[in-house]
Amino acid sequence: MTTTVTTPGRTTPGRRVRAGLLLQRQGALIALVILVVFGALRYGEKFATGFNLSSFTGDTAKYGLVALGMTFVIMTGGIDLSVGSVVALGGVVAIKVSDHGLLPGLLAGIAAGAAVGVLNGLLITKLKLPPFIVTLATLLAIRGLALTLAGTRAAVAAPGGFQKLGNWSLLGLPVAAWAMFLAFLVGAAALHYTPWGRQILAIGGNVDAAKLMGLPVVRTTFSVYVLSGALAGCAGVFLGSQNGSVDTAAGQGWELTAIAAVVVGGTLLTGGVGSVLSTLVGVLLLQLIFNLIVFENGKGVINISSFWESVIRGAFLLVVVLLQVRLVKRRSATGRPA
Amino acid sequence: MTPEAVGPLVAEPATGTATPVPRGARRVQWTVWAQRYGALATLVVLFVYNAIATPFFLTPQSLLFVLLRQAAPIAIVAVGMAIVIGTAGIDLSVGSVMAIAGQVGATLVLHDQPFLLAIVAALLVSAVCGLFNGTLVARFGVQPIIATLILFIAGRGIAQLITGGKLQTLADPDFQWIGLARPFGVPAQVIVAVVVAVVAWLIMRFTVFGRYVLAVGGNETASRLAGVPAARVKLLAYVTSGVLAGLVGLIAVSANSASDANNVGVGMELDAIAAVAVAGTPLTGGKVTVWGAVVGAVMLKLLQNTLIAHGITKEVAQMVEGAVIIAALWLQRHEA
Repeated sequence: MTTTVTTPGRTTPGRRVRAGLLLQRQGALIALVILVVFGALRYGEKFATGFNLSSFTGDTAKYGLVALGMTFVIMTGGIDLSVGSVVALGGVVAIKVSDHGLLPGLLAGIAAGAAVGVLNGLLITKLKLPPFIVTLATLLAIRGLALTLAGTRAAVAAPGGFQKLGNWSLLGLPVAAWAMFLAFLVGAAALHYTPWGRQILAIGGNVDAAKLMGLPVVRTTFSVYVLSGALAGCAGVFLGSQNGSVDTAAGQGWELTAIAAVVVGGTLLTGGVGSVLSTLVGVLLLQLIFNLIVFENGKGVINISSFWESVIRGAFLLVVVLLQVRLVKRRSATGRPA
Repeated sequence: MTPEAVGPLVAEPATGTATPVPRGARRVQWTVWAQRYGALATLVVLFVYNAIATPFFLTPQSLLFVLLRQAAPIAIVAVGMAIVIGTAGIDLSVGSVMAIAGQVGATLVLHDQPFLLAIVAALLVSAVCGLFNGTLVARFGVQPIIATLILFIAGRGIAQLITGGKLQTLADPDFQWIGLARPFGVPAQVIVAVVVAVVAWLIMRFTVFGRYVLAVGGNETASRLAGVPAARVKLLAYVTSGVLAGLVGLIAVSANSASDANNVGVGMELDAIAAVAVAGTPLTGGKVTVWGAVVGAVMLKLLQNTLIAHGITKEVAQMVEGAVIIAALWLQRHEA
């Protein structure tokens, strides 16, 4: 995508580096386009239009929202492992509250997620604890909380109101998909054009320098965890409304798929460099692999076990990571900080 | 919980043990004590409480066959994890490696191969998994979280592909010795865990490799300049973690008398990391406490069992566990 962003405060990368970064970012996009064209040619209309398009984007939206929050967290040099549990919590809370109406349910789900984000943010910024373990602890604790709230059963939504949210569609795409695209556009704009966005990259690039520059490091770092929690809560709401229920394993392992999508999108885990729209490409790409396997099996010529899905995703991640390593090496070879 | 990082030799300069200027000697002493022995103290308190308040707690049946038998797999994986974390790395793939090793071992036994071959093959495959992680981290310089995330994702799929995701039931007493036998009345996996911990402690304390791990984790550049083969040390750390995870995979399928690629080892990486973290090992590397990892694993298991034994649901116990991990971190913060 065109949103190549580098840290302010660093010298502008040289042309070769810029070309490398661009190639790598475009690489994910190129792969996505190739796969879409391949799918459209091979499986025809069934793949490219109508039901598949709407169910694919609706399904992907949940992962997309989680990955968007993760992108911002990773750009500050942090990590949020709790998102999978927050998805479950958001879904359960939304379903419980949705008895009082759709909008309260939606808002309560997002608020529950944001509350976990506040907790993470406080522990990380005020108590200065390492994000990896803090969010690992909240991963455990929040799943316990979600399961307790649900009575260790799947939380089931009452038919009607709440489930409509998952079924509504606009111009052939479900509401969840529009929410994802909108969130990514707003996120990309915020990263580029607001002081908050620039501060995120500055903190991830060099937190000490950001502090010395007088940037509100604590406030900004805090805010990305709240955002990540809120987006994961929102993903939980969509999950609950699409399925009509949230089961006890909901969201398990989503934190790692989200991180994978962020990495495939080209955001470096060291922070300071990243692109919001590339994460969208990463999410779509990883989900598309699964979709293509379903279609290939539908043709009945060969039968690919769904277990290949994770193997192919892993292989994809491997290729991207190795490309990134070459890129980083080239950057350090040209005297830039890796 | 031997504070091994405090030893002399290579580790000392590399770990950068510059303690902050003490505000008061007593305060520093207290926090150092809390960091080193916090998990052990919690374990002792829990133990005493249970001895008084939980009926039948002080029976071999309860201690050996419930508590230690449940804690042993986590402790073994946590020992490998502690070594990897000592090199400033992390291994997220342990759960998937468990599943692969379990599947390989069970499949070979079910195809009438000798049980020793099955065990050796399973451990070799886990070593290859560790080699894969280690190569990405040490040779290609990939960040450990990402490098091991690859096998975390792909590994479970690989394990499922071996048998098409079907459950395999086992009935081979030789192969299942490690999960079912009870020599001298002690569950085999507890003995294995003790042996692993003792060997790992000896290696970390008295061998060059042990010192190198601390040096690499403390300051990789400095250690490399000092002539430490940093890449090889890291490679070996990931191979160790892989083999130990494979061993636990064998324990899991043996104890269940079934190999289930979908469920073996799910969430193990988190349990192991939590065990290492509560024992006061910083994730930034440069410090390994093998006994800490074991104590952490037993302590978290006992905490869970205590709460459950007193009528608190597993889910609430999970919330308490999260709070305990954070509290442990907060205690450690003073020294960091």
